[in-house]
Amino acid sequence: MKAALTVVILSILLSRQVAAAPLSFNHDIRPILSEKCFSCHGFDAKKRKGELRLDDRAAAIDPKREHIAIIPGNAKDSEVIKRMLQTDPEEVMPPKESVHKATERDIAIVSQWINEGATYQPHWAFIPPVRAAIPASSQAKWVRNPIDSFIAAKLDAEKVSPSPETDKATLLRRLSFDLTGLPPSREEMQAFMSDSTPDAYEKIVDRLLASPHYGERMALPWLDAARYADSNGFQQDGDTHQYMWRDWVIRALNNNMPFDQFAIEQIAGDLLPNATTDQKIATAFNRLHLNNGEGGNIPEEQRNIILYDRVDVTATNWLGITLACAQCHDHKYDPFTQKDYYSMMAFFNNVPERGVPEGGGQYRIAEPSIVVGTEEQQAQLASIDGKIQANTQEEAAIKKQPEFETQMIAAENFVKQNAPAAWAPVSPSSMSATDAVILSLENDRSIVASGALAAKANYTLQFIPEKGRLYGVRFDLIPDARFPLGGAGRAESGNAVLSKLSAKQGEKAIEFSRVTADYSQGGFSPEAILDANPETGWAFVPDVAKPHQISLEFAAPIESDGQTPITFLLEFQSKHLAHMFGRFRVSFTSAPAPLMPKNVKPELLALVTKDLAARSPEEKKQLRTALLELDPLGLFQANSAEKKQLLDQQKNLQNAMPRVMVMSDAKPRVTHIQDRGSYTVPLGVVTSNTPDCLPPIANQQAKNRIDLAKWLVSSQNPLASRVQVNRIWQTYFGVGFVKTAENFGAQSEMPNHQELLDWLAVEFRESGWDMKKLHRLIVTSATYRQSSKVSAAMLERDPENKLLARSARFRLPSMMIRDLALATSGLLEQKMYGKPVYPYQPPTIWDGLSITKERDFTYPLSTGADLYRRSIYTFWRRTVAPGNMFDMSERRTCVVKNSTTSSPLHALTTMNDTTWVEASRVLAQRLMLGSSDASSWTNSAFEIICQRPPDDQEKEILRRAFDHSLEHFGANNKAATEFLSNGASQRDASLNLTQHAALAHVCLTIYNLDEALTRQ
Amino acid sequence: MNPFIHQQQLVTRRQFFGKSATGVGTVALASLLNENLLGAPAVNMNPLDGLPHLPGKAKNVIILWQGGGPSQVDLFQHKPSLEKMRLQELPPSIRGTSRLSSMTAGQSKFPILPAFKPFKQYGKCGRWLSELMSHTGSISDDICYVDSMFTEAVNHAPGVTFFLTGSQIPGRPSIGAWGTYGLGSLSQDLPAFVVMTSSDVDKTCGQLFFDYYWGSGFLPSKYQGVRLRSEGDAVLYLNNPAGVSRELRRSALDDLSALNAHHLQSYGDPEIDSRIAQYEMAYRMQMSVPELTDLSGEKPDVLEMYGPDVQRKGSFAHNCLMARKLVERGVRFVQLMHSGWDQHKNLSYQLEKQCKDTDQPAAALVKDLKQRGMLDDTIVLWVSEFGRTVFVQGDINIAKAHGRDHFGIGYTIWGAGGGFRPGQSIGETDDFAYQITKDPVHVHDMQATLMHMLGINHEKLTYRYQGRDFRLTDVHGRVVPGILA
Repeated sequence: MKAALTVVILSILLSRQVAAAPLSFNHDIRPILSEKCFSCHGFDAKKRKGELRLDDRAAAIDPKREHIAIIPGNAKDSEVIKRMLQTDPEEVMPPKESVHKATERDIAIVSQWINEGATYQPHWAFIPPVRAAIPASSQAKWVRNPIDSFIAAKLDAEKVSPSPETDKATLLRRLSFDLTGLPPSREEMQAFMSDSTPDAYEKIVDRLLASPHYGERMALPWLDAARYADSNGFQQDGDTHQYMWRDWVIRALNNNMPFDQFAIEQIAGDLLPNATTDQKIATAFNRLHLNNGEGGNIPEEQRNIILYDRVDVTATNWLGITLACAQCHDHKYDPFTQKDYYSMMAFFNNVPERGVPEGGGQYRIAEPSIVVGTEEQQAQLASIDGKIQANTQEEAAIKKQPEFETQMIAAENFVKQNAPAAWAPVSPSSMSATDAVILSLENDRSIVASGALAAKANYTLQFIPEKGRLYGVRFDLIPDARFPLGGAGRAESGNAVLSKLSAKQGEKAIEFSRVTADYSQGGFSPEAILDANPETGWAFVPDVAKPHQISLEFAAPIESDGQTPITFLLEFQSKHLAHMFGRFRVSFTSAPAPLMPKNVKPELLALVTKDLAARSPEEKKQLRTALLELDPLGLFQANSAEKKQLLDQQKNLQNAMPRVMVMSDAKPRVTHIQDRGSYTVPLGVVTSNTPDCLPPIANQQAKNRIDLAKWLVSSQNPLASRVQVNRIWQTYFGVGFVKTAENFGAQSEMPNHQELLDWLAVEFRESGWDMKKLHRLIVTSATYRQSSKVSAAMLERDPENKLLARSARFRLPSMMIRDLALATSGLLEQKMYGKPVYPYQPPTIWDGLSITKERDFTYPLSTGADLYRRSIYTFWRRTVAPGNMFDMSERRTCVVKNSTTSSPLHALTTMNDTTWVEASRVLAQRLMLGSSDASSWTNSAFEIICQRPPDDQEKEILRRAFDHSLEHFGANNKAATEFLSNGASQRDASLNLTQHAALAHVCLTIYNLDEALTRQ
Repeated sequence: MNPFIHQQQLVTRRQFFGKSATGVGTVALASLLNENLLGAPAVNMNPLDGLPHLPGKAKNVIILWQGGGPSQVDLFQHKPSLEKMRLQELPPSIRGTSRLSSMTAGQSKFPILPAFKPFKQYGKCGRWLSELMSHTGSISDDICYVDSMFTEAVNHAPGVTFFLTGSQIPGRPSIGAWGTYGLGSLSQDLPAFVVMTSSDVDKTCGQLFFDYYWGSGFLPSKYQGVRLRSEGDAVLYLNNPAGVSRELRRSALDDLSALNAHHLQSYGDPEIDSRIAQYEMAYRMQMSVPELTDLSGEKPDVLEMYGPDVQRKGSFAHNCLMARKLVERGVRFVQLMHSGWDQHKNLSYQLEKQCKDTDQPAAALVKDLKQRGMLDDTIVLWVSEFGRTVFVQGDINIAKAHGRDHFGIGYTIWGAGGGFRPGQSIGETDDFAYQITKDPVHVHDMQATLMHMLGINHEKLTYRYQGRDFRLTDVHGRVVPGILA
């Protein structure tokens, strides 16, 4: 130590006890060390300075060091204290470059702790929770269940009293939103208000927990955590069918599936013995990641990004820890190593996936997936499968008939006799092309296209054949180095799309009976050249550099008189740029039935003509297969036609059925640690495992996702139960015991009620992970039932409501604000589950996506009842979220904590969006039809929306508002008509226009009240 | 929030509403006349504690996003020796093991394609530019070119996300969100962070713009950029529903405020205060946005400067003029997202078209700001996610069928005003416009430098999330002194 210590300060600080003894490492010391010291003297060995670590007691008190960092019982001589007190900028800690400084209080606290013996504790959240004894308190009468005992004990210590129970109406509204996401109906409210039995409240709790809307409501935060959306995100933002998983969640919650099973099925349902379709759908949880299908993507990079996402979601959602830091380096604050990170990743690295979604239409699905349909679809599919099976059996039966072998010999002979017809190449008498394409004739009678590389063109070819009878025409495509990839087409790919072919003799159109090709690209069959659709046609990618041919048989033989020209029009009008023939030759044939049998391949002909005895067993097999396929005598004709039809039906049905992206371990891979998180620089190999600092998975060799899932919900796991209890708590109190619901690590704030959190965590697990039971316990507590009103004094004393001496008051999630409008107006369609719907959005909501032409991104507004489904069923496009669902998780990464902000944009939404304007009009209509007493309307509207009658002052403001609106619309009929035209539902034209508009206008104001938007 | 001060405001409010509950009209009047009387402001007008960290020159930022990746080979980087190597293979030693997009990574040949159009020298600084960029050339003495930008991203979405949020994976706050979070707003009537989009007219070289390019990530959502649209309502739900006049809306807001204030008395929740203020700001926005989008007050010579497209809503030219108007009205961050530079095919044609649509308006914006004395405290940044390859993608023999692929190893951007050193160029690439040979500037460095110009130490503006102090530049980034005036 070069510089002198500031002895005065030291002596003051070190002689004073600043806090009640003894200090707790977790409460008092870890936050200071974690914030100010661990980034250089913590867990991350690579970042460690001066070879000193302070997160480990043995290392920190190591007496072998020249300057002992911590000398238990002797703060004065401990190096950490000396350095914090340093005035020399080169010596002071934290160092001068750091954004952190040690405060006097920090130094005093750490000194006291060292003087008390410098006791360390493991981080509280990494020690399994234990059920503490239920504390006693002075509030025995107030206490309803153990939750209250813990709260009351803390309140006693702070000399604060709990708030009184809130009024019944507010309580029911709060409970109803909390458990079902919907307000109570008027009837429910009246029944509750008039029920004076002691368990009136508990009865309502049980009824709401049993409501199907419970699952819809509780699914909302889970959907945020799972980053659920209905599209992939990124460039094409293809739609997905992951809503099947959303439905699975709602059903599981409604059935009160125990949370451990809920976890196991979502993480590893596919690996359960005899996994059901539902269990496979559950695993979509790990397939809700973004999917980037942008052109030029490096699939392996995308696949790794997906893996990182799975690790992050697993860590945040189930464990409440942040592993992301350890992707690049050992965690600085928590004891997680880079090896831990990649060992976790290894659990998810066996999925047979490429990293990018497939498909070019509206839907883009990344394998693996399963096809799931409605019961009706499943039944249809089973029926088709049965028919296909029967068809196959019939086919086998034909082969078993005694005469079959004779027939096969006949077939062979038939092929021999009907060897392909002779084709004679011909030169055109004239030829031309549109769009500045030039056609020229080569010596071998082939035609070559040059000139402008037009997007589209037509070729006209004229021939004057010699006198005689013609049965067919053939176009031979000749690969040529002058064309891209040495192909026969002019497109960049060497391909061409012949979209239409027509012909005439003189002026008389020529009909074709058959068209075949030696090869055709998927989706571009030769038959397509005969239809009128320019987008369909024949093409031949990928083997563009091989010769191909397309042949046509005339419906009736053509008699050539040697003079009348035969004209062919070849159209290349598909959307594919420059896809036209480059080099080709035309031939005619004068052999009858030139395409019968179907193009016999030269190999087959060689086999047929080969002497029977000379055929090898392998050749016999080949011949047999080829003959069966060719079926020249039509032995299987009826059978094959049926089979084709059945297979088509099967394919169409499967295409119409949702395909859910799910998990699978079908492709085992080796997992490496990646240097600084880069997949291009693999380091050592790791095997799947959980982080070292947490209790291990029961001794086992190979660990898979099932082991991971079971470990998560095992009693040894200190985190899973706490994390879920904390999240459920924040549903009711706005914030959890641990404010950072996403992180229980060293950087998190210590929970204010750790004993209660732990008690509930143990209770939850030991109840068999019974979710409804936990919800019931919380909402029946006196703590929950308190009023949320706050005095100025209490607001100052406890602005964040850490003591829970009052209930929480917060704005409803925007999805519920919309549902409130629908429910109270009577518009709500209660239908559950199924394909997402498209309720009102500004028509231009997706216009940002129309920058590409790849797909039509017009918003497909729903009609009828689908406009009024609960918000959870609204289509969630990842690139552009619904405009009227503000403040939501963006459903891109795992979000377990919602932010509730208030912004002018929210005000504009609920004042101006059709959803609320229409709800106001429909509610007004309901009120007017329900009562002829105009003076009751605004009060009823208030009561329906806020679920309490207005007080006198409110009545007065409402009355004036109504009068003013009446006056306004009375003087302005046009405005009244316009205002009442918002929304798709029908208006009852018998209602007085002015009154209806005025009342609707007041309803809109009421929907925008802070009280309406808030659960209090 | 200081609870004590807030309590004072609450009391004031309560007294105020207590008196006015019988005369709601006065509430409206007061809220229009004197926002501060009502306590809780609708927007955070103050910087965070300790900010600005540094004496920054800039108050505002205009980002002219050139989405898709403009070709630095054709526009900015004058490499005369390439002409002699036309269609020769790019030496493998130059290409090295650089990561290419999968669109060209499999190409067997990498023929060099020199710039399409001749280059000329512009300004006193003598900056070489393609003659396609003559307007930009005319402001060369006011701008700072960075010829050594580089990024790890090989594709659009990750590249844009990287530049605008500091991470290739969506979910982090955008630079505008960070800026407004740190520095607060300058306007009571308009959002602090506004975004406008435009695209190439043919829509053949476009990329989608995702709202996380201006998202708030884990910051509160009020910091996300507000999109000003060219079709429909300029801001979503800005206009009153059919049949509701502005006067009627005012009366509804008066009723709403009176009822909310009444409720505040029994619940005492400061959030109610804040709600009232937000509704009032919404009302002001309804007035200020249409006024903003009205170009009738612009002088003809100013309109002419931005070019003929300026009157077409949704064009880049229109948006450039709007950017000036937004900054004039106190919008701190303006992000113009223009797409159309993704020229894999038909490069020569598309490039010329793009330059025609963007060159003049971008230059006009800088000139316009300068002539109004606004350039000193406004950063204008012309920037993209990457540039393009010097070698050809596709069939060299067919003009429509070839272009250039994505290239992030070394490309060009420019900045003006707000602390950019004018009339200079930073960094260089080799003779092939491929590898950087001097003063590389990484995306995080550029972000750190921009923050610096705003008076923000990029290492100190952090937000605790998931137990970690996040910042725009992750754990990287250094201020590039050469860029600073």
